[in-house]
Amino acid sequence: MDIFTIEHIALATGIILLLIGIWGMLTQKNIIKIIVSFTLFDTGIHVVMVAISYIKGKTAPIIGESVTKENAIDKIVDPVPHALVLTAIVIGLGVTALMLVYALNMYKHKKSLDITNFKELKW
Amino acid sequence: MIKNFIIFIIVLVIGFIFFSIFLDFNGSEELKGLGKYYAENGAEEVGAANLVTAIVVTYRGLDTLGEVSILFLTASIIGFVLSLSSSNNEDRKVRQASEILKTTSKVLVPIIFVFGAYVFINGHLSPGGGFQGGAIIASGVLLLFLADPKRKINHKLIQWIEAASGISFLLLGIAGILLAGGFLDNSFLSLGKLGHIFSAGAVPIIYIAVGLKVGAELTSIITNYNEIQKEEE
Amino acid sequence: MIFLFISIFLGIFILLMGIIAVQHKNIKVAVIAAGTVSLFSSILYLLLAAPDVAMTEAAIGSGLSTIIFFYVLNKIRKTKTDD
Repeated sequence: MDIFTIEHIALATGIILLLIGIWGMLTQKNIIKIIVSFTLFDTGIHVVMVAISYIKGKTAPIIGESVTKENAIDKIVDPVPHALVLTAIVIGLGVTALMLVYALNMYKHKKSLDITNFKELKW
Repeated sequence: MIKNFIIFIIVLVIGFIFFSIFLDFNGSEELKGLGKYYAENGAEEVGAANLVTAIVVTYRGLDTLGEVSILFLTASIIGFVLSLSSSNNEDRKVRQASEILKTTSKVLVPIIFVFGAYVFINGHLSPGGGFQGGAIIASGVLLLFLADPKRKINHKLIQWIEAASGISFLLLGIAGILLAGGFLDNSFLSLGKLGHIFSAGAVPIIYIAVGLKVGAELTSIITNYNEIQKEEE
Repeated sequence: MIFLFISIFLGIFILLMGIIAVQHKNIKVAVIAAGTVSLFSSILYLLLAAPDVAMTEAAIGSGLSTIIFFYVLNKIRKTKTDD
């Protein structure tokens, strides 16, 4: 069938992983669990972006012995989403570290990790 | 109960949007558009054997500059906020690491540092580059902290490495404006033979600067997290 | 053909670990499950012919990110038993 190729399976995995991350962010009460769900959401988006760039039967975009300069154009996968995902992974780590620092300060303020105790900004 | 139902409906709507992308996705058969241009002309114009390195350093160099400045901002905010809430750390007692960890880290840490340096120096020839090498060096520093939790790393040294590599990244970009085509153009040094270590102009030097900067920033994040631990026994 | 089976197996594993990471009561198990999701998706990147992305995800996602979570959990635990 046409739906059982590697890029379809990877695309489906990435989409369901990001849906699990969104659902975790909206229903959990513990602050650390919300940050873990954010990490899953981030990973899901990266899998979707790399899965879209796959071309059937081609190989990695590095010029070596089997992929030479002349026939590179019909032997490699698309290299542009790889460059974008590389930057996004490092920035995801930076945002996670920053969120954890703020979670630590919130815990020092009220001695509890439950997000229903922090209601000062609700109207 | 009604809140769970609304959340379920929201997740279903988002899932439906993505599912319609999934339904008319056929895998591509050939390269089209921008990827085709980079595959045809990337090896001659840049001279690097790794096409993803050529894109990250020269064709999309401004994105790398923005990402490096976001990491710098993150590391300095974490250092600032964590220093507001830390205690006096001369009177902390920490538990000693076990004997296996101490002995193994003496063997493994130099190998990890050399491997990280190899990964970002050979970024233009094989898979690798500045971000991977910087993350590997930060993992080596993490192993040092796990084996000996009271070790102090000089903050001034890390700040000097980070500042020097950031400024050299900018100076190499400006040298591209003065001596060659535009910002972060790499042809002011000779392009050399494809696959050689001294090829691709200024790409190895730019990637060494980026690798040192990313490694220094992740190391400073790990150092700040390690210094707020205190444990009483 | 063998790559197809490996990718189906990896996909089911990733989703199972994702559900454990969101639903489990113990926070430590959830953090380790998130690290495992990152590790298996790094293998999936290798099957999709992306070696640079696989290296970066393995070093950052399942190394540094998990350790930062455990540093914060240790600090919270020690502050809680002080009073």
